[in-house]
Formats: sequence, structure tokens, C-alpha cells
Amino acid sequence: MLKRKIGKIALGFAVTLTAGVALASVAQARDLTVVSWGGAYQEAQKKVYFEPFKKAAGLPMNDESWDGGIGVLRAKVQGGAATWDVVQVESDELAVGCEEGLFEKMDYARIGGEAAYIPPSVNPCGVGAILYDFVLGYDKDKLKTAPGGWADFFDTKKIPGKRGLRQGPKTTLEIALMADGVAPKDVYKVLATDEGVDRAFKKLDSLKGDIVWWKAGAQPPQLLASGEVAMTSVYNGRIDTANKNEKKNFGMVWDGALFTLDSWVILKGSPNKDAAYKFLDFAGKAENQSKLSENIAYGTSNKDAAGRLAPAVLKDLPTAPDNIKNAVEINVGFWLENIDRLTERFNKWAAK
Amino acid sequence: MTDARLTGANASTEVPLKRRLKRAERRRQVKALALVLPLLVFLLFTFAGPIAGMLWRAVGDREVRQVLPQTIAALAGWDGRDLPDEAAFAALANDILAARASGTMAIAAKRLNYALNGFRTILTSTARNLKAVPEPGTAMETLVKINPAWRERATWTTIKDASGPLTGFYLLSALDLVRNADGAIVAAPPDQAIYRDIFIRTFIISISVTALCLILGFPVAYLLATLPPGRSNLLMIFVLLPFWTSLLVRTCAWIVLLQSKGVVNDSLHWLGIIDEPLRLIYNRFGVCVAMTHVLLPFMILPLYSSMKAISPAYMRAAASLGAPPVTAFLRIYLPQTLPGIGAGSLLVFILALGYYITPALVGGAADQMISYFIALYTTETANWGLASALGAVLLLATLLLALVYGKLVQGQPVTGGMKN
Repeated sequence: MLKRKIGKIALGFAVTLTAGVALASVAQARDLTVVSWGGAYQEAQKKVYFEPFKKAAGLPMNDESWDGGIGVLRAKVQGGAATWDVVQVESDELAVGCEEGLFEKMDYARIGGEAAYIPPSVNPCGVGAILYDFVLGYDKDKLKTAPGGWADFFDTKKIPGKRGLRQGPKTTLEIALMADGVAPKDVYKVLATDEGVDRAFKKLDSLKGDIVWWKAGAQPPQLLASGEVAMTSVYNGRIDTANKNEKKNFGMVWDGALFTLDSWVILKGSPNKDAAYKFLDFAGKAENQSKLSENIAYGTSNKDAAGRLAPAVLKDLPTAPDNIKNAVEINVGFWLENIDRLTERFNKWAAK
Repeated sequence: MTDARLTGANASTEVPLKRRLKRAERRRQVKALALVLPLLVFLLFTFAGPIAGMLWRAVGDREVRQVLPQTIAALAGWDGRDLPDEAAFAALANDILAARASGTMAIAAKRLNYALNGFRTILTSTARNLKAVPEPGTAMETLVKINPAWRERATWTTIKDASGPLTGFYLLSALDLVRNADGAIVAAPPDQAIYRDIFIRTFIISISVTALCLILGFPVAYLLATLPPGRSNLLMIFVLLPFWTSLLVRTCAWIVLLQSKGVVNDSLHWLGIIDEPLRLIYNRFGVCVAMTHVLLPFMILPLYSSMKAISPAYMRAAASLGAPPVTAFLRIYLPQTLPGIGAGSLLVFILALGYYITPALVGGAADQMISYFIALYTTETANWGLASALGAVLLLATLLLALVYGKLVQGQPVTGGMKN
């Protein structure tokens, strides 16, 4: 009697468990879920996009945050457990995900038409959300001489102290070449040759012992604040936030900055496509985008958003004419082709 | 069975007893199995399944087959010595046109680019410029005109090597090996040969951390095992405190302590011991310190439980027989703690092998362990084949170590040669 009971209970367990696992992978009706990068940026988005959208559209929505990575999106879509609808992605994630068919084709008619957006932000799989820079950041309170650009970044005699750079080849090799005298517009032409790559690593050799490698965007402002490094490559928005919210006195060099776009995409097979388009239409309007730039120093994708801003706000944005004059757009195609090879080479170099 | 019943009751008493015993035994086994069945099913789903999936990805190679099926079929009979024939070129042109229409070209381009840098461009440029199916007999000419790379033998051997469905490509890459154009396995070019070094680095860091944990943990465990209960409980709380704090918090605390203007450097500076700050973080030293701190409880607890079981009478007996304290410790006490040392060391070592967050935050670029690269290829570059192959190599190495450990402790006298 008892053993039969135990057998039944065990069987019941197994069945429940199997059913549970099976059920978990079935998409269920749920609210619109928008995913972004977290931190100060997502706080600003909550204030100007998410909360007002909920009120204006009368639709429920959740927001989550993630750390990026095309592998995460691939697992979400191909695993059939896509719990996200609208995701903000970096440019290389946009390109690869578009090629792999992870995103819905963007229907611009439903978000105000292509003409409303600046050309680099229009993509068949997504629509630009923000434009931001990797700039040279430093602490004005600690440095006697203000650095002029990447050449000074590599000159530890002129400005002593350690330097912060993003771990990995991307951005690091471009910066090394600009420090070595390559004009911003020629960076990828030089980097496409073997000699150019050798030249970049040779330049990095000269700084090797003085580099602290950072991995997450929150680290460089902390490295500056603690005095661990004298200068670092950093996202421009993080410098601005530290100055505004933590009363820091950080400075930025726009000359030779590397800029890139983040875009909104709709994950393939999203059950909330209508709500997603309503949200993207809302987040694409100039009057809403200009409020974002007032809260955090990123440029936005709508052509008319910059015109609504006060000059004092505009001068600190990546999209201000003076700031974008000598900046380079990070070349997605180049990195798609070369990231694996150059990552291996970078790590070989780092371990030497 | 039936004949036993026919021969009468007296003869049947013995056999059924055996059988009854067997039956009871079986019943017990079934009961036990039923009790563990839910756990077994759970483990299959959450543990064995994903690991099998990972191992499969490390050797699976289906992308190119899926996108260029005609080309793969046409290359089946190709010996790889000189260029393939016109038919293969025509098949490729058809495949490229079909892939462009279905938008699957990138899947093959990505895989082929791993093996031959620049393949992505070769395929995308060809797909862009190939307007229509070439006239019969002109496929070779057309493709070579669009991209001269189609005249290279290496371009074609790369496609053939990636024809799947199984491949050694990723596993070889994880061991710094490649197949050359002639199919022989050779060492990878020096600037791509990094994984062996990273595995060695991972093992060295894990061994160092295990040794540090043992050196620091042994006296603490001894103290815990010998103090009176009240005080040892208080001490135990200190040991368990790290268990209750988040790993991230502990790692960040070390950053605050060790950075160049951190607590340690400032104190040393204030005492006049150093003029320039010491580099205590973003290097191997920082990684070892932070990881040792995080993993120390895993060493102390098994040691403590094995020491708790040792009767103090043994040491007293050794002393009364004239053994000096050091000899008594080495010959009587230490051997009895060996199971605890073994269990603690193995636990710490295997946990250390898979460490990710701590080295990522307090290590330099030359201190990243294998887990960092597995994560990088899984999420950032989405090279799942290589990520799985690295995982498979790590899994194999760990299993081997566990086996060696099992062999070592089997038949070990744990009482220093004394009869239990």
C-alpha cells in the first residue's frame, strides 16, 4: 500500500515538474516589457518615457535592465522564452541580430516616418535611441594641466598617473592610433591593415604598465573619483551625471571621441507588437526626446529634438556641432569581421 | 516455481524464503528509487541536459550546411588539391542567391569568418554583387571577377572543413590547434594561441588560492574545534559572516581597501613605511587576496568537522609515550585531519576554477580566468561553439582532478596507521 503511494507521489512529482518546464517555455499573455541599460540612464528614461507613456497611452508596461550581449538575445528568441518586447541594443548587436533575424522589421510608418530621424539612426531592424561618445575624462581638481587629447593620454611624463581603458580591443586600438598621430577620419583605414594593428599594439606597449582596465561603464567615474587613474576613457553621460549628482569636477575632451548609437528593437515574435510601436512612437517624438537630453547628456535621434534645447544643455551633448566635428563613429562592420581575431591578439598581448 | 508447489509444502519452505528476501530487497530498492526520482528528473532537466547541450555545441557544425547545401554536396568529392570544378562554383552561386533571398547569409558568414578572417566580407560582397544565376559554364569566371578570393584554395578548404555535421574545429581552437589546408593538425599562429596559457593561468590561480586557504584556515579550524563551545560559537559566526554577505559587496570592499589611495596604502603611507603607493589591486595579488577571502569558509568548515571528531586523548597518549609536540602533531594529529584537508581543498579548488566576478573586478587584463572568456564568447561575440569547447575542456580537466583525488584518498589510512 505504502510503496504504491510513494510511487504515485514520485510519479506525480515527475509529471508536475515536466509539465512545469514545458509550460515555462510557452509564451503567455503579459504586459509590454521594455529593456534598457539600467543605472542613471534608465532612471532618466523612466522619468521622461516610461511613466508618461503609461499615463498617456493608458497601457501597462514593465521595464527591466540588461548588460547587453547578442548571445542573450539569441537565447531569448531561439529559446522561445522571449519575455522581452522592446530592447535597447548597441550598434553591433543591432547589426548581428538583424542578420540573424532576431528582430522584427521596423515599420517606420508607425513611428512618425523615416524623415523624422537623423540618417545614422535609421535601420531596417531598429530605430536610433541615443547617440553617445567614448571621451577622454579627467578630474579637473587633481590635474594641474588639462589634457589636450589622446596623445597626452599616452604621455605619462607630461601628466603622471595611471590611465583607465576599456578591456578588450574595441575602442582601445582606435585610441592608440589617434594617440600615435592618425587623424580620426583615417582610423579604420589604418586599422584595416596588419601594419596598422601592429602600430596600435606598439603604441599600447609604451603605456602597458600604467593601464587599469575597466569592464563596466560605472567603473571609470569611480576610478577617477578615487584617484586610481589620472585619465580614463569613459562614456560622456557618466561624466555629466557624476558632475551633476555627485558634485564632481570632471572634465572631458571631445577631440578624437568615438561615438556610437544605441537603438530600440522589437524582438521577433513579440506578442505585444502594437503596444511596442505605440511606445516607440512616443519615445521618438521630439518633445519627449529633448526632455531626455535635459536629464542625461546623450544626443537623441529625432531631427527636431536638439532644436528644442537651451544652448547651455546643448553644448555638453555629443550631437552639438563643435563636439561631433572631430569625432569618429565606431565602425560596426570592421568589428564584426575582426572582433574574435583581435580579442585573441589583445589577450595575448595583455598576458605578455 | 510450479514444480516446487507440486513437491509439497516441506520442500518449498527454503526457496520461497530466498525469493521472499529477494522480493523484499527489490521492494526496498524501488521505494528508494521512487524517493529520489523527483530529484533525478530535476537534475536531468537542469543539469545533465544543459551540459549535454553544451558538449554537443562544442562539436556540432551545422550553420554552413544549412546555408550552402548545394556547395557542400558539390565539394563532397573534391580532393582539396587544386581548385574545385565549375559545378561547385555554379552550386555556390545558387546557394548565395538563395541565402540572400532568405536572409541567412550572415549565419554562414559568421561561422566561416572564425576559420578565415575576412570571410564575412568575401560572402557579403559576393552576395551584394551577384545579380543573377550565371550562364552555364561561366560561374567560376563570374565569382572570381566579383571577388578574387574565390581563386584561392584556402577559401574552398575553409568551406569544406566547415561542412559538418560534426567538427573538431572548436575543440582544436580551445587547445590552440588548427587544421592547415592539407588537413594536418598544427599549432595555431602565435598571436591567436592564448587558451593553453589561460587554462594554465586558471589552474595556477586556483592552486594558489587553495594553498592560501589551507594555510590560513587550518589554525582557525583547530581553534574552533578546541575552544569551549561558547567562544567557539562566537568565532564560528565570524567564519560564517562572509557566507551571508554578497560576493559583490566583499569584492568591492577589497577594492576600497587595496586601491592606491585606499585604506591599506594610506595607512602605510601615514606610518612612513612607503613613499609611493604599492600596487595591490588590478593584478594577480589582488585576485588571490580577494578570492582567498571569499573561499575561506569552504576550507574551514570541512576541516572543522574532521577535527571535531578527533579525540584529544590521542595527543595526550602520544605525549605520555614521549613524543615531542611537533612529532605528535605530524604523526598523530595531522594524518587524522587528512580527509578534511582533502575535502576542503577539492571544494575550494573546484569553486576557484570557475570564478568570474572577482577576477573581473580586481584583476588586470592578464589575470582573467577561463570563465571570463567563456562568458565573453557566450554573450558578447556569440561564438557559442568556442564557448562550449572551452567549457568542455574545463569540465574534462575538473573531472580528471576529481578522479585523481578519489584515487588518492581511497584506502588512505586516516588514523595515522593506528588500528581503529
